[in-house]
Amino acid sequence: MSAMRTILAAALTTTATMAAAETPVLTVYTYDSFVSEWGPGPAIEKAFEAECGCDLRFVGAEDGAALLARVRLEGARSEADVVLGLDTNLTAAAAATGLFAQHGQTFAGDLPVAWADPLFLPFDWGWFAFVYDRTKLSTPPKSFVELGASDLKIVIQDPRSSTPGLGLLMWVKDAYGDKAPEVWTALADNIVTVTPGWSEAYGLFLSGEADMALSYTTSPAYHLIAEKDDTKAAAPFDEGHYLQVEVAGKLAATDQPELADRFLAFMETEGFQAAIPETNWMYPAKTPAAGLPAGFGTLIKPVKTLLLGSAEAEALRGPALDEWRAALSR
Amino acid sequence: MARGPFPLGAAATAAGLALLTLGTLAVVAVRAGGFTPAAADWSAVRFTVLQAAVSAGLSVGLAIPVARALARRRFAGRGALIVLMGAPFLLPVVVAIIGLLAIFGRAGLVNQALTAAGLPPVSIFGFHGVILAHLFLNLPLAVRMLLQGWAAIPAERFRLAASLDFDPAATFRHLERPMLRAVAPGAAVVIFLVCLTSFAVVLTLGGGPAATNVELAIYQALRFEFDLGRAAGLAAVQFMLCAAAVALAGRLAIPTGFGAGLERVARVPAPGGWRRTGDAGAIGLAAAFLFAPLLAVLWRGAPGLLALPASVWSALARSLVVAVGATALSVTAALVLALAVAREAPGRRLFEVAAMLPMAASGLVLGTGLFLMVHPFARVEDLALSVTLVVNAVMSLPFVYRLLLPQARALQADYGQLAAALDLTGTARLRWLVLPRLAAPLGFGAGLAAAMSMGDLGVVALFAGESGATLPLVVSRLAAAYRTEAAAGAALVLTLAGFALFALCDRGGRWLAGT
Amino acid sequence: MLELEGLVVVQGDFRLSASWSAAAGDRIAVIGPSGGGKSTLLMAIAGFLAAQAGRILWQGQDLGPVPPGKRPVSVLFQEQNLFPHLTVERNLALGLTTRAGLSEDERDRIARVLTRVGLEGMGPRRPAELSGGQIGRAALARALLRARPVLLLDEPFAALGPALRAEMVALVNEVADETGALVLMVTHDPVDARAMARTVFVEGGTAWPPQDTQNLFADPPPALRAYLG
Repeated sequence: MSAMRTILAAALTTTATMAAAETPVLTVYTYDSFVSEWGPGPAIEKAFEAECGCDLRFVGAEDGAALLARVRLEGARSEADVVLGLDTNLTAAAAATGLFAQHGQTFAGDLPVAWADPLFLPFDWGWFAFVYDRTKLSTPPKSFVELGASDLKIVIQDPRSSTPGLGLLMWVKDAYGDKAPEVWTALADNIVTVTPGWSEAYGLFLSGEADMALSYTTSPAYHLIAEKDDTKAAAPFDEGHYLQVEVAGKLAATDQPELADRFLAFMETEGFQAAIPETNWMYPAKTPAAGLPAGFGTLIKPVKTLLLGSAEAEALRGPALDEWRAALSR
Repeated sequence: MARGPFPLGAAATAAGLALLTLGTLAVVAVRAGGFTPAAADWSAVRFTVLQAAVSAGLSVGLAIPVARALARRRFAGRGALIVLMGAPFLLPVVVAIIGLLAIFGRAGLVNQALTAAGLPPVSIFGFHGVILAHLFLNLPLAVRMLLQGWAAIPAERFRLAASLDFDPAATFRHLERPMLRAVAPGAAVVIFLVCLTSFAVVLTLGGGPAATNVELAIYQALRFEFDLGRAAGLAAVQFMLCAAAVALAGRLAIPTGFGAGLERVARVPAPGGWRRTGDAGAIGLAAAFLFAPLLAVLWRGAPGLLALPASVWSALARSLVVAVGATALSVTAALVLALAVAREAPGRRLFEVAAMLPMAASGLVLGTGLFLMVHPFARVEDLALSVTLVVNAVMSLPFVYRLLLPQARALQADYGQLAAALDLTGTARLRWLVLPRLAAPLGFGAGLAAAMSMGDLGVVALFAGESGATLPLVVSRLAAAYRTEAAAGAALVLTLAGFALFALCDRGGRWLAGT
Repeated sequence: MLELEGLVVVQGDFRLSASWSAAAGDRIAVIGPSGGGKSTLLMAIAGFLAAQAGRILWQGQDLGPVPPGKRPVSVLFQEQNLFPHLTVERNLALGLTTRAGLSEDERDRIARVLTRVGLEGMGPRRPAELSGGQIGRAALARALLRARPVLLLDEPFAALGPALRAEMVALVNEVADETGALVLMVTHDPVDARAMARTVFVEGGTAWPPQDTQNLFADPPPALRAYLG
């Protein structure tokens, strides 16, 4: 019995990778899919460790929102040196914690919007869009109004539990302002269901439960490049498309400030950015020298980019959520 | 009757459970300020209770004819059918939803048949979708619980009934109804509680914010608002709801007082005529309802088996270690508590409450509380698997306990005196009386705990490091990386592994009980 | 000597009192109407019911704090005298030891008592494969193995026919002869009672002191007369 216990204890405690004592360790908190072997994590870890003489350790949390919650739980005692994977809808709340330090760098990348946040640096971005199957839907709606008037079935994410869901809330709010409740009322009978996260919604769409799912303009690139399947497309909307900018920031309480700065600088270089398009399926914050993968050229380019400032997004979230809930509860 | 010594083991177990459930809640609450429930919270409470009550009532109500048919009919494949009946409850919820959609979804078989017949399609989303999913997940559990109740009616009773020429109605009145009155409320409460804290089903099939339940409100408070006070307050509301349900069950439960039979093979009378057709119909319908979605999972997952990345296998190994450890812990703790309660040891009321506490706990609050407890002392991701093991053991304990308790009581009533007269105590009592007599429910309980632990994404997602992912986490990572086919394949591996563990334990227990 | 010193046992509304003693090796029948307290008396001596007042002593030692399994007592209950999941041999072995492996000597002793009670070669069977009489014999065989100085029988043979029951009562006497045990045997049947030298009449919550069975039945007090009909 006690031998059994020893084996079990050993099996459970040897999971951590033990780094040599003299190698400095940089701990980066990020969302789970970033760390997975299909995400950008492994390639980036290899590239950064080759030049920093350090051990880069990724620690995964469920998603961007969970990431922020975890950092807040741990406070100044956090082991994390860098947090990677928040988006602009969360940065105001993150800044308000006072846990993040200024990065002191100038961003010189390829974002569709200007970037001047002193605490957070972008590493990738994408436009939210409704994705559909071209073989099943020949004339997709060109706006929220058309979508609301149609009898198409869509599946969206819950803004209370997922970043795309919150992005959609902000998209409608930014495009329609005070008229947002009317848009939601019109959309109510199109919404098949509201899922807790992106993968559930996208899975429902792929299995035929809905005509369209809220995702990104870059989603069809995955099907095209990885599956040689060109049937998926994103529908361009006349209102413009809301932007998601994914960012990273340095924690003020880090014990490796120089290393953290180096990592943030590395983040804007080829070694990091080249991994993004075909692992995270987003636009890199700085286009690699070789350009984007071929499939990305076929993607739609929105005529207009929408993005609320982070403070504005934070202020609008509560009221927008109430409007959304009221419209969909009927 | 002398009550015996103070049950130290049970007291320690109960204290541990209180620490993990109420303790974690307290830790979260202490970190936070006050909480005032809003109107949306009350509508969440109403929805939570309503869907849980309907789900529990339907599950148990529909389980009665199915369990009775299975109890009184003998046919080829009956044993295999009963083992398979356990499957849906053991499915990871997300996998179960995939299967249900393949059958009842917009592009599913049912709607294809309806369209072909010129009828309007039905939607699986909304209130009825939630109920359908809960029925799918919990009907098998209800059937198994009731079936054990039937098995616990001694053969002598049925022989007595036969000799008195009872018709099926009289048999029901005098033998089956008293058993149901003892077993059904407990089964209903367990299912009510499962549905009360249901999360993924409500969120995926609920259809929108009208179907918000308390657990989702907790999730929202923790994740987006980082309002620990609100999360703790809602968790307290959930605790109170669950406590009320458990208290109600305590009032409803009536002990059957059946004596033990001498193990001659129980033979429930099997009336002929229309009842035979009815039983066949009940078994056939239940099997179709439960197995069609399972087959769909198999069908969808099979192609993905070829595309599985290597990490699936190391994650499977890790999940198996966690499941086996959690099962040993859960079954041991549940047995200690059930035996103490069955022998009416001092403090048994507290033990009963402690054993049911995890049913009322919010997994999210438990995880957050543990995080706050562990974080000052150790690197959280180093402990991820240990913590997951403990939490999985805690979460499955009430199920194992509920399964063991009636049998532990019967054991105490039937053989307690003989064991005491022979001075059979401690490990000798365990070895010669308790383990062999309770082998069947212990095996079933262990199988349940193992499968629940296998399938639960649970707290590991809160604590995961770059290594140490469990299989459910790998499934969700695959899905998030667009690898739907590989994800379906990995989900199938997960399902099969959980099912194999369950079958191994359940079969093993019944084999030991039969020899 | 077994002494009941102002013993009072309370079970819900029911109250039984007894104050008498019995010598080692006595054979005592316990008779009386249903609900009169016969089982209550035995269960108190066996240690399953605590005394409200008074004491139970064996050879001068107060049995009050002694748990059932440690008392100098073997009991045959009305039902459930054998564990159904264990073989007859293992059931008997539990009268000797709780160890898994049995020594050669222990196996021999079990085989001998089985032969002694007429169950030769039935060690590997399970209780479900035995008849009611055989179950009683197996339980008696275990009592023989345990050889406790007091043997309590709470109507274990009630379900058997008269001839079989007489056989079993004779076997009880033989077992008691071999172990020198004091026997207290509950029965409904005066015929069984006559096989015991002395009789305790239990009625209306009182267990009267043991009397010579022949004398008692020859000139029964009114309550016993009413019971015997």
